[in-house]
Formats: sequence, C-alpha cells, structure tokens
Amino acid sequence: MKRIFKLLPLMLLAALAVASCSSGNKSAQNAIINGAGATFPYPIYAQWAHKYQKLTHVRLNYQAIGSGGGIAQIKAKTVDFGASDAPLKPQDLQAIGLIQFPMIIGGVVPVVNLPGIQPGTLKLTPELLADLYLGKITKWNDAAIRAVNPDLKLPDLAVTTVHRADGSGTTWIFTNYLSKVSPEWKEKVGFGKAPSWPHANAVAGKGNEGVAVYVKKVNGAIGYVEFAYAVQNKMNYVQLQNAAGNFVAPTIETFQAAAANADWQNAPGFYLVLTNQPGADSWPITGASFILMYKKQEKAAVAKRVLAFFDWAYKHGQQMAIDLHYVPMPLKTVQLVEETWHKEIKADGKPVWP
Amino acid sequence: MKLFRETSTQNRTDGLFKFITLIGAAILLLIIAALFVQLIRSSELAFKTFGWSFIWSGEWNPIRGQFGAASSIYGTLVSTAIAMLFAVPLSIFIALFLVELAPPTISRWIGIGIELLAAMPSIIYGMWGLFVFAPFMGKYIQPFLQSVFGNSVLFQGPPIGIGMLTAGIILTFMILPFISAVTRDVFGMVPSVVKESAYGMGATTWEVTRQVTLRYGIRGIIGGAFLGLGRAIGETMAVTFVIGNSHRIVPSLFAPANSITATLANEFAEASEPLYLSALIELGLILFVITFFIQAVSQIWLKRVRKSMGVQ
Repeated sequence: MKRIFKLLPLMLLAALAVASCSSGNKSAQNAIINGAGATFPYPIYAQWAHKYQKLTHVRLNYQAIGSGGGIAQIKAKTVDFGASDAPLKPQDLQAIGLIQFPMIIGGVVPVVNLPGIQPGTLKLTPELLADLYLGKITKWNDAAIRAVNPDLKLPDLAVTTVHRADGSGTTWIFTNYLSKVSPEWKEKVGFGKAPSWPHANAVAGKGNEGVAVYVKKVNGAIGYVEFAYAVQNKMNYVQLQNAAGNFVAPTIETFQAAAANADWQNAPGFYLVLTNQPGADSWPITGASFILMYKKQEKAAVAKRVLAFFDWAYKHGQQMAIDLHYVPMPLKTVQLVEETWHKEIKADGKPVWP
Repeated sequence: MKLFRETSTQNRTDGLFKFITLIGAAILLLIIAALFVQLIRSSELAFKTFGWSFIWSGEWNPIRGQFGAASSIYGTLVSTAIAMLFAVPLSIFIALFLVELAPPTISRWIGIGIELLAAMPSIIYGMWGLFVFAPFMGKYIQPFLQSVFGNSVLFQGPPIGIGMLTAGIILTFMILPFISAVTRDVFGMVPSVVKESAYGMGATTWEVTRQVTLRYGIRGIIGGAFLGLGRAIGETMAVTFVIGNSHRIVPSLFAPANSITATLANEFAEASEPLYLSALIELGLILFVITFFIQAVSQIWLKRVRKSMGVQ
C-alpha cells in the first residue's frame, strides 16, 4: 500500500510528461480545420482531406453528424465551419451572421425492389412518385403505373415506402421536390428534414445505408438514397420525368445538366434548391451541399486556412468528386463564391480572402 | 502495546471499509436521483408546451413542432407484451425439460447454449433479425398466418417481414435465455425429497410437475419473467432494426411501428430544435417511469406471492 503512495508522484509526473508531449506535438503542426455536419458529402470531404493533408500537412477534422448537427455546432462556435444539405434562408443567415456557399452537388435517387424488373427500366412521373409516397397507389400493377410503363410486366405486389428515420438533408431535398411537383403533398406533408410521413405502410431506416438495406430486404419497396449508395449497392434505380417532360436516368451527366441550369448569380445568400430544375436532360432531384461560416472571423489565419482548403477542393478535387459520383461545382460558380468570400468574410474589418 | 496497535488498525480499517461501502451504495441512489432530476429538467419545455396530452397524442411531426408519445409508448408496450406472451411459457417448457426429463449430458450442453445466448450482444440479434429473420417472416410466416386467420385485423396488410410482430419475436429470442436460465435454477432447487415422495405416492411426471415443481418455483418464474421484461422494454438496437420505425398506431401486427428506444436511437442526433430535443427527453422520462413502475409492481407482487403460496 505504502509503495503505491510512493509511486504516485512518479506516476503523476509521467502522466504530465505524456500530456505535455502530445500538446507539444499539436502546437508544432497546429494546422487543423474543424468542421461538422452533413453525412451526404462526407465521403468526398474525407477524400479531399486525405489528399490535402498529404500535400500541405493541414488536417481536416470533419464530423459527419448530420445537417442539423452541423448548424447547431456552427451556432455554438465549436467548429470552423458547418455543413448542411438544406440551405439556410438569407434572413436566417443574416440573423446569425453567417454566409453559406455550395460545395458539391449530388443526386437523390428513388430505388425500388421489384422482382423481374431490370434496373433503370421503371419509369415514374412526378405525380406517380408523390402518389406512391402518399399511399394513394398501393399496388405496383396499378393502372396508373402501367400506363407509363406499357412494356414492363409489373408484379402484383403491395407498395411499401421507405424513408429516413433520422432527420436528414437527403429527406429535405426529396420532400422539397415532392412539394414542388405535388400540391397535395405540399398541403398534407410539406418538406423538411423529418416530415410526418402519410403512408400507413411506411418503413424507416437510419441513414442512407438503412434505407438501402430495407429496400433490398422488402419486396415491393421504394426508397430514396443518395446516388453513391445506389451505385455501391447495385440498386434498382428508376427513371424520372423531369420538368421538361423527358424521362431521364440518374447519371453524373443528368446531375450536371441540372447543376448547369442553376442560376447562382441571382440567388442571394446562395439560397438555391436544385430540385425540379429546367433543362431537357436535368435530373429532377438534385441538391447542393452547403458550407456555413461566420462573416466576422476572430482569427484571420484560421479563416484563411479553411478557405484555402475549399479553394483547393474546388480547383483540384474535381476528378475525385466525379469518381465518387458527385458533381463538382462549375468554375463559373466557384468564381462567384470566391468573390463572395472576399466581400463578406472579414477579420478585424479586413477581407480574409485572397 | 503491540496488541493495542493492532486493534486500532482493525478499528480504523473497519471504519474505512464501512465508509467506502456506504459511499458505493449512496452513489447508486444518487445516480438514480440525478438521472430523474435531469430528465425532468430537460423535458420541462416539452411538458409546458404539450402538457399531459403529450402522453396520448399520436401526432409526431418535427416540421410543425407537434410531438406526441402515444405511438412510441404503444409500440414499446405491444412489442414487449408479444415477447412475454411467447417467452414465458416457452421458458417453462425448456426449464422443465432440462431439469425433469433430459439426460444430464444433454441438459448440460443445452445449459451452456442458453448461457451463450444470454451473453450475445443485442446488435447481433438486430442484424440477424433484419437480414435473416425478417425476410423469412415475410416469405413464410406472415403469408401462412394470413392464410389461416384470413383478413383479421391483427394480420392485415402486406407481409413485408418488418414490423411489430417481428420485433416482438426477436425480443422473445433475446429474453428467452434469461427467463429459462432463472427458471431452470429454480426448478433445480426443488428438494428432491418432496418430489420423490410425490412419485412414491404414485404421481405421474405431469402431476409432480404441476403440483410440486411449478408450485414450488412460481416465485422464481415470476422473478425471471420480470428480469426478461426489464430487458425487453429497454431493448434498443435489436428493436430498431426490425420494428420499421413508423410513428403510427395501427392494429395490424404486420405494420411497421415504433418504440420509445427506437425513436430515441434514430432521432436524437439530428434533433436540433430545443422543443424536439425536449420531447425526446420526455420520451426517455416516460420509459424511466414505466420501468420504475414495473419494478415496483414486481417487487410487491413477489412479496404477496411468497406469502400466499406459503413456500420459502
């Protein structure tokens, strides 16, 4: 017993030494960017961060805790930037003193589990998609679906809709689209990260992977996932009719078409939702993921470090984004974003960028 | 002198030992009290907004800021009830087989199996439930039930495999080892003299089981059942995987439903608005109260059973 007491100071010393060592290491590199938020762009942010750290020794610590969590964290000022799939309204940005800018574009894809139907062959109109999720169409061989798909042999299966159990930016984009194309959806459900789902036969999974698993396990299920998950899990995606009336399949090209038509120039606070965009080839459920930062930065060096990372990602991370099935921001838009950085983000009254 | 020193050390260490154990016991109570107070304080906002109607309102709509606990409470109670309905009789059969009928070697091996099942993490049950058992339910069991019972209210809707019934059965698998292990031990403790005299009077195995073993073991069976109930009602991961997470109250056992624990597990991380968070914490408080209530009732009941059965 006594021996332990004698050893105690020694142990304390050792612990202190270890602690000071690790903090010493930190101050030597001292280049960490802290961010938190959306899970939807997490794979590409992680890729960028990995490459960027190799090049510059600046480390990105990004916590994929969800869009809601990202907004909460930036409000609490515990991170250098927040990330959200749902853009904040200009007046909300103003109230908190934030700016937001789009970082990456991705697509949300309806996926189905219908035995005997080849991937990408089922066609859905916006009305059909809304009616399926409203519970108005209960069988897959409903006359309304057959009318659009005369060549397919649709099974006599009950419709089970799958949605996200957790609050989600993907849900926000999906329900935003349904609200735009279906007045009934807009009135009954509305859009948000966690709406009240009307269909009695609706199952919910946690995360994109949760939805993907439920769709794969339940015959007659329809769900919606971020495109990368549909590709990775080799899921049966559908063709959707876009605003121009054409049926399009979800591909990088149709996402790019939707993004190309986006008018960022005339969107104050970059508040622009890319659902139901015009254009003959536009995929209708496309969305940008946004970064949130304070206009008034306390430390110019920290802000500049964060912006330098985004600048690098915009300009050198494009191929990586495409490899992971995201659409990089067009350079024209990047220019616009960087002008906004210069105008809006300030430390001690001086612009931080460039 | 030496003697004196030794007694004083003894006094001192004994005092210290007493003090440490007292602190240990006090910490336990303190944690319970602190949890309760914290839950009440954090759920104040939701309680002020919705009042008691929070408990029976089935509306759960984060967009419009409308929260009601009814669907989650309903799912928790019904899934647990299904589990108890299956698990208690099954456990008694298993225990009787192990103690009364099986050869000792087989009994030992099955006993080891039961203990292994009890030690399995719940997420394993959840994953197995989702990937193996739910498709099996949807393909065979649910269509079978529908063909037997026709279109009754309990078995309505498409057989999707995920839902209240599947969650209840997965819970059954989870609590079965707990209840049967306790029941087996209780049956094992029935004095062989009593059983042997019953056999000696010409009683059959069934008669001995009914008149002696079950009567003797009833207290332990109920104790084991409440142990299982406690685990079933608070089970999170396994239920979240297979219950379907739908905020609706539907009489059909095939329909997706929700439980308090599943709601918390799914929605806590993304609940950014204060009211949303507060409503979730109030759900936690309700679970706390339900669990507390069950424990209290079980204790009182056990005491009464002990008295009326006259067994000790």
